[in-house]
Amino acid sequence: MVKSTKPVPDSMTPAPFRVTARRQDLADTFTIELEAADSPRGFAFRPGQFNMLYHFGVGEVPISISGDAGAGKLIHTIRDVGAVTHGLSTLKKGDMVGVRGPFGSAWPVDAAEGSDVVIVAGGIGLAPLRPAIQHVLDNRDRYGRFVILYGARSPKDVLYLPELQSWRGRLDTYVDVTVDHAESGWAGNVGVVTKLIERANFDATHAVAMLCGPEIMMRFTVAELTARGMDRGDIHVSMERNMKCAVGHCGHCQFGPKFVCKDGPVFPYGEIEALLKARGV
Amino acid sequence: MTNPAKPKSSKPDAFVMDANRLDALIGALASSGHAVMGPRVADGAVILGPVAGAADLPLGVTDRQEPGRYRLKTVKKDPAYFDFAVGPHTWKKFLFPPREKLWSAERAAKGFAVREDGIDAARRDKLAFVGVRACELAAIAAQDRVLTGGEYRSETYALRREQTFIVAVNCRTSAATCFCASMNTGPGVGAGHDLALTELGGGKDHRFLVEVGSTRGEKVLMALNAKPAKPKDVAAARAAVAQAAKGQRKMPKSAPTVLAGATDSPRWADIAQRCLNCASCTQVCPTCFCNTVTDTTTLDGSGAERWRHWDSCFTLDFSYIHGGAIRGDGAHRYRQWMTHKLSHWFEQFGTSGCVGCGRCITWCPVGIDITLEARGFVKDAKGKRKG
Ligand SMILES: Cc1cc2nc3c(=O)[nH]c(=O)nc-3n(C[C@H](O)[C@H](O)[C@H](O)COP(=O)(O)OP(=O)(O)OC[C@H]3O[C@@H](n4cnc5c(N)ncnc54)[C@H](O)[C@@H]3O)c2cc1C
Ligand code: SF4
Ligand code: SF4
Ligand code: FES
Repeated sequence: MVKSTKPVPDSMTPAPFRVTARRQDLADTFTIELEAADSPRGFAFRPGQFNMLYHFGVGEVPISISGDAGAGKLIHTIRDVGAVTHGLSTLKKGDMVGVRGPFGSAWPVDAAEGSDVVIVAGGIGLAPLRPAIQHVLDNRDRYGRFVILYGARSPKDVLYLPELQSWRGRLDTYVDVTVDHAESGWAGNVGVVTKLIERANFDATHAVAMLCGPEIMMRFTVAELTARGMDRGDIHVSMERNMKCAVGHCGHCQFGPKFVCKDGPVFPYGEIEALLKARGV
Repeated sequence: MTNPAKPKSSKPDAFVMDANRLDALIGALASSGHAVMGPRVADGAVILGPVAGAADLPLGVTDRQEPGRYRLKTVKKDPAYFDFAVGPHTWKKFLFPPREKLWSAERAAKGFAVREDGIDAARRDKLAFVGVRACELAAIAAQDRVLTGGEYRSETYALRREQTFIVAVNCRTSAATCFCASMNTGPGVGAGHDLALTELGGGKDHRFLVEVGSTRGEKVLMALNAKPAKPKDVAAARAAVAQAAKGQRKMPKSAPTVLAGATDSPRWADIAQRCLNCASCTQVCPTCFCNTVTDTTTLDGSGAERWRHWDSCFTLDFSYIHGGAIRGDGAHRYRQWMTHKLSHWFEQFGTSGCVGCGRCITWCPVGIDITLEARGFVKDAKGKRKG
């Protein structure tokens, strides 16, 4: 937990950070690397947590932490979909951004030790999972089989392609990628990500699954995994809701009795199954 | 109705003062640096605002409240200061302002410098509330849990809250829309006040029983030279409060559990047909805390501000994420509101999100009654268990 050194900063006050690098990943998706402006220091977080990123004068949005560049640098991968994310997309090296965080629950990377790990991601959902993937790869001997399944809309939308390729190149990691709509030149899978589950080799009764993507994708993935014998408590999903505070005060992120900002965003599926099945919760 | 007994000490904790000493009490609070807020009449309603003295209070004013209806009446005989029930305003507007500047920022060499104007303003806001009812104390305690009880605190709220002096009033009448007794929050004041008043007698005999709730309260009272109360004054006050609990609406005890299991009930669609989604209920509710923030910038782009303002789960925007609102239907939104108030709040904050003040019933333009709706769900659940 990052605690400001000021006597009583309000929980809604952001800290200034500077952009130290920027990369365009896809037509609408980019990655920024950030460093605290006043005192470059470590940014401790757990895989799966998120920050509130403030674009000066425009607004603030929840964005998952997609990695750690070492030396206290923080990485976010963002899709430009609206006012604030578009503002953030215009940031250049040296520009400033406000940060509050880290907030929320984490992927169960410690509890998963000794088990097979199955990652299922859709679209930009790969970004919040990257720190968990990195953690498993860095501590590879503590886990059983490692399966990464990823679905994107089209070949042009495959995020982190160089990394996917390098992970696939490892003998101890199984990576499978699919796209909804192929284009000429794509020799890979076409279809929904759930189709990749059948083929993947893991022991469903001794595995932990981590899911992030559109709700519909997560629902189908859960159905597939439970059909294969996986326990609902071993399946973890990252939820998205409107968020205005991230500290449990604004009410926007409520999901039944849960607050996605503080009880989530990562939930064991068993805890939210009924909520996910109901409409309009 | 149960009120936790005050801890016994050798010092008396109940006093009596003449009704005309109310002015001295307000004066004492003002001269110790408090901005004193209390009930006063404006536009046909008892609202909350600055009071300079007892003359500003609604002496002789009483109210009649029904679903979707609110009227004031003035009585000539033995006029009382506090014989009306809660009005459309809540103390929330002072502790958690409808619009509040949280901070402003200037671009600087190393990023930007944030000035926490909200904290500065809150620090200057030394308030005293006169006339806080039992249900409202419960509502303030509920908001305390939300805004200061978790891992993160709202510092602006916490500052205002700590500095606020509270003079509570025991209700000796209640409106037809009140249901505090069934929520265990009133009509008698339990905890959370510095001083608590009960109005007694009338005319020449018009006086207040004053009970001490804190050392801060004790200090203020000592300056007023109040006399220790006689047992008969205390008994008269208790009897008056017990009277107020009679004839109230009731919230069924099983509402929290029944609503937790009513996600798919057809009743939500039925209520949604009547509900206008006007958000009036959330604006008058003393516990509703939902808010949003607006970030703005100066024309030249060198400065920025963040404002926080009240929001409502009844708006479509509230649950918006790309692709559309999560709660697109009125039925979803009413379900969110009612289930949150009466059920989810327990899981989230260990207490009810409804204190039984009845405001949402009175101020609903179509007169939707949360107790009546809750009874409908309870009836369905009983039917299901039998059938
Ligand atoms: C816990 C969490 C983690 C997230 N992580 C990432 C990430 O790593 N990368 C990424 O690109 N996106 C992520 N998102 C989604 C991102 O927050 C939204 O795309 C963003 O809020 C859109 O804001 P906007 O102003 O650009 O869009 P607009 O459409 O202009 O949004 C208007 C307002 O609606 C709300 N809103 C719109 N879409 C969403 C949404 N999907 N989720 C929550 N609120 C929304 C915001 O309050 C926003 O201010 C995450 C969302 C959550 C809840
Ligand atoms: S839900 Fe209605 S009765 Fe309950 S506290 Fe809010 S306004 Fe009062
Ligand atoms: S006050 Fe009545 S009509 Fe308005 S949103 Fe509330 S329940 Fe609906
Ligand atoms: S984002 Fe404000 S309560 Fe969760």
